Amino acid sequence: MAARAITDKQTLIEYLEAKARRLRWDIIKMVGLARSGHPGGSLSAADIVTTLFFHEMRHNPDDKDWPDRDRFVLSKGHAAPVLYAALAESGYFPKEDLWTLRKMDSHLQGHPDMRKTPGVEISTGSLGMGFSTAVGMALGLRLDGRDSRVYTLIGDGESQEGIIWEAAMFAAQHKLDNLVGILDYNDMQIDGLVSEIVDIQPVADKWSAFGWRVIEIDGHKVEQILDALDEARSVKGKPIMIVANTIKGKGVSFMERVVDFHGKAPTGEEIDKALAEIEELGPLG
Amino acid sequence: MSEKRATREAYGEALVELGHEYPNIVVLEADLAKSTTTVKFKKEFPERFFDCGVAEQNMMAIAAGLATTSKICYTGSFAMFATGRAFEQVRNTISYPKLNVNICPTHAGITVGADGASHQTVEDIALMRVIPGMTVIVPADFYEAKKAIKAAAEIDGPVFIRLGRAAVSTIFDDSYNFVPGRAIRLREGQNVSILATGIMVEAGLKSSEELARQGIKAEVINVSTIKPLDEKTIIASAEKTGKVVVAEEHSVIGGLGSAVAELLCEKHPVPIIKVGIKDQFGRSGEPAELLKYYGLTSEDISQAARKLTAL
Ligand SMILES: Cc1ncc(C[n+]2csc(CCOP(=O)(O)OP(=O)(O)O)c2C)c(N)n1
Ligand SMILES: [Mg+2]
Repeated sequence: MAARAITDKQTLIEYLEAKARRLRWDIIKMVGLARSGHPGGSLSAADIVTTLFFHEMRHNPDDKDWPDRDRFVLSKGHAAPVLYAALAESGYFPKEDLWTLRKMDSHLQGHPDMRKTPGVEISTGSLGMGFSTAVGMALGLRLDGRDSRVYTLIGDGESQEGIIWEAAMFAAQHKLDNLVGILDYNDMQIDGLVSEIVDIQPVADKWSAFGWRVIEIDGHKVEQILDALDEARSVKGKPIMIVANTIKGKGVSFMERVVDFHGKAPTGEEIDKALAEIEELGPLG
Repeated sequence: MSEKRATREAYGEALVELGHEYPNIVVLEADLAKSTTTVKFKKEFPERFFDCGVAEQNMMAIAAGLATTSKICYTGSFAMFATGRAFEQVRNTISYPKLNVNICPTHAGITVGADGASHQTVEDIALMRVIPGMTVIVPADFYEAKKAIKAAAEIDGPVFIRLGRAAVSTIFDDSYNFVPGRAIRLREGQNVSILATGIMVEAGLKSSEELARQGIKAEVINVSTIKPLDEKTIIASAEKTGKVVVAEEHSVIGGLGSAVAELLCEKHPVPIIKVGIKDQFGRSGEPAELLKYYGLTSEDISQAARKLTAL
């Protein structure tokens, strides 16, 4: 069932929630098998990435280079597992490939590689730069007269990089209203709470002051994500930043808000427990 | 040589010791305190530790400013971001004014492993080596790393010390006397010189044993200071053996191989084979698999040595 065919909003929400559970399940399995990777920031972004890939974005896994497709840039490239799960589930490559994550000879690198993985729009992993590339894509698409849109996910720790703000000013200067940034605001980075390391607050005010339309939501409420993306489509003359309040590790009780699960894989029993917890939340899409 | 420890582990330990000795040492980090082990210093001296968040360029320029107020700064982060992302801050704002900032990033080279190419620096020695006045040190093991990090406090001007993520065999012990700028001969031999740096020193030693069984006597030299290069020791060895293999976990362009070739082609030309990463990016995998894939094993060194000695 393609999400686009669903007309009833409640049915759509339930469909996307089930898909998000599927992505979360795949993330745990993938990272668990790889014995390394970044589960925390992948889980916090699962509802957002699901809503983009299975409803909002115009894309075609059978024609990945379709020039009129919408683009997704995972600027916080360490969350590669959530992107890979969405790409596999969309049909860009076989599901089994997910279980080769981070292994020698796998096309699924530790950080996204556009030359290796079908559906990855640009290679990321060095924080901050993906966001600028999304600005470049939005500009290029507009130069071509295409109505494609560009969506990019950034982290709150990532927002400490100066390049984010350089790109922010450029995008506003050029009125890139085909560009939607989404801030995965989980208030955690590697060394602790963002608010205690180098605070980015008041972040919504910052983006407004930089000339962006800001929409604040709960990044785990599919309905709010859908509404924000709808609202973003109506904005003219400025880029849009969706500040999504999230929980790092969301969906697995013992990983939620635990700093160490930023870049640590669950092991043995933890994997089984995490998978079971996700299954208990409801059916997998 | 049974104990295995990552060179990065030396960082936190050395910093804590330095913190007690020097009241003016300040440590800056860019959101990787646990990985780089600077967290140890943070615990001991929280008032002299500053986490800049994910902002490496800012971290380097802040270090430069601190250095102008008589602080000795040590910076964290990974080699990719400290030497790559922040290259120009290191070049223009730290090195040009010759400030006392010691750049000791971890996770250099392909032995970073599964994180893949975006995090595997194979260009950092080259980047740091071309900067005028920069001291470039690549320790071979935990003990050399610790001594080098401590020695850097007394070196005037900027210092780059390359540290790794993976546990590697120890070669030295606590009694080792590290002298910046001095290459040391670990094995004597007449047939071929193996000049190695970093984790490739262990491979060089292993190779010399393999070669000995085949009747080839290899001289193994640990060139841990790549800049300033110990020209005397290197030329003397080249004069004696007439053949040089250089081994490093770095691109064959711009690293120790290049430094040695630049020196010998002017002062004492001899055939050289560079064992290193052949102008490629890295990829995800286990460190041991990657070393094999990129031709960085003792066998690769032995092969190069045999090729030269057969000439
Ligand atoms: C330029 C750069 N510096 C440092 C890193 C190492 N690193 C990877 S993730 C991360 C923290 C990111 O925090 P955040 O953006 O909040 O990510 P999330 O919480 O969404 O996982 C750091 C410092 C990197 N990948 N790139
Ligand atoms: Mg975060």
